[in-house]
Amino acid sequence: MDIGAKVIDIIAEQAILEPDDVTLESTLESLGIDSMGLVESIFAIEEAFDIQIPFNANDPSDGDFNISSVASIISGIEKLVAEKS
Amino acid sequence: MNRVAITGAGSINSLGHSVKETLESMAAGSCGIGELSFRDVDRLDIKIGGQVKDFVPTTVFNRQQLSLYDRVTQFTLIAAKEAIKQSGITFSGELSARSGVVLGTAGGGVSTWDDNYRAVYEEGKNRVHPFVVPKLMNNAAASHVSMEYNLKGPSFTVSTACASSNHAMAQAFQMVRSGLSDVMITGGSESMLCFGGVKAWEGLRVMSKDACRPFSANRNGMVQGEGAAIFVLENFDNARKRGAEILAEVIGYAMSSDASDIVMPSKQGAARAIKGALIDAQLNSEEVQYINAHGTGTAANDKTECAAVADVFGKHADNLMISSTKSMHGHVIGGTGAIELLACIMAVKDGIVAPTIGYEEADPECALDIVPNQSREAKVDVALSNAFAFGGLNAVLAIRSA
Repeated sequence: MDIGAKVIDIIAEQAILEPDDVTLESTLESLGIDSMGLVESIFAIEEAFDIQIPFNANDPSDGDFNISSVASIISGIEKLVAEKS
Repeated sequence: MNRVAITGAGSINSLGHSVKETLESMAAGSCGIGELSFRDVDRLDIKIGGQVKDFVPTTVFNRQQLSLYDRVTQFTLIAAKEAIKQSGITFSGELSARSGVVLGTAGGGVSTWDDNYRAVYEEGKNRVHPFVVPKLMNNAAASHVSMEYNLKGPSFTVSTACASSNHAMAQAFQMVRSGLSDVMITGGSESMLCFGGVKAWEGLRVMSKDACRPFSANRNGMVQGEGAAIFVLENFDNARKRGAEILAEVIGYAMSSDASDIVMPSKQGAARAIKGALIDAQLNSEEVQYINAHGTGTAANDKTECAAVADVFGKHADNLMISSTKSMHGHVIGGTGAIELLACIMAVKDGIVAPTIGYEEADPECALDIVPNQSREAKVDVALSNAFAFGGLNAVLAIRSA
């Protein structure tokens, strides 16, 4: 499974949706994921890929990791996975 | 209803090993937050905290005591000794039978849990020390204080996360005010600066890696601390009759529950607790000159708290001072309200308002007089102490100069 599909699975599970309902353009807000859901998603993604995501819940928009859409999250994770290997 | 005096105070925390040292540090705007030092700290992302330094338990307690005293109990006993000594009260007979101890802690003996889980899981041991349970239980500290000072009245531990000690002190206050007890020992303590204690907090992603900067636009989270503060609450008339030094008078409190979210604070819940304390203390809002803020340094708390204060005080919100001493001693979780009450006592007794240090950048959403970076001399007659816990449980205390 590629990174994008796996991330979408994780986000869909958090949003209690089918993966098909999560598009690359979706924002977490539009999927109904609140600040706690976001922290849980970040944790699940870190566990799945064994990576560390730079994320501070005090200011989610701050820092290098862009969470503005599903696409931006996937590209951020692809970068972190590439850096790891 | 009886008036209630504070006739003793004791503390140990990252700013000092006594009330005197703590208040001197607060007045100087010193920072007790620094690099953490304990086993496996290198495996943490968050490596700073307000740790009690230069404390060697074996110089204070003997071997038998240490087999029963978690660090949280050690802190509590040290603070209780200072407070009760200052009050000059010896508990015996009828006074002993009616005096109790109500303390707050969120985690109790966290290091004892941590050490013993490590022993059985990581090190594969199949045997633990016989006193693990009496050492880690949340009421251990309260029980040891009751045993040490012969306190045989109503005694228990309150656990409401970051509001634990405010809830505890409110209970003790109510007991003395109602006449149920003439003297109560109260306050709170916390000691979760160990690998498991910090790792759990890391998970929430609300911790700062560099500093606690409440109300500053560039704040990036909270920093944990540890320690204890203990007070002697006494029937005001009795205290006066026996010529005790009265540090301050406790005049009211209120508690509220947000009933909304397990971690996100609510402006309405906070405002109801603040307003409730004013009503209970029969205060006009203009009489409050200082508020010791909950002020955790997280985005969620600071904005909500400032909005709640603005709602309750209206125009007067711009005239009062509100500071967060967590910037200096860190967030002492279940013990934090007790340590912060010391700043309120300093304000009403000594006329020195503790600052919010680490303040670098104004935040329009926190546009109150937060006493930035330097303490201030001011005549303060009435002070409030806010505590708003995870779980939405709030408790606010009001004190007046004696």
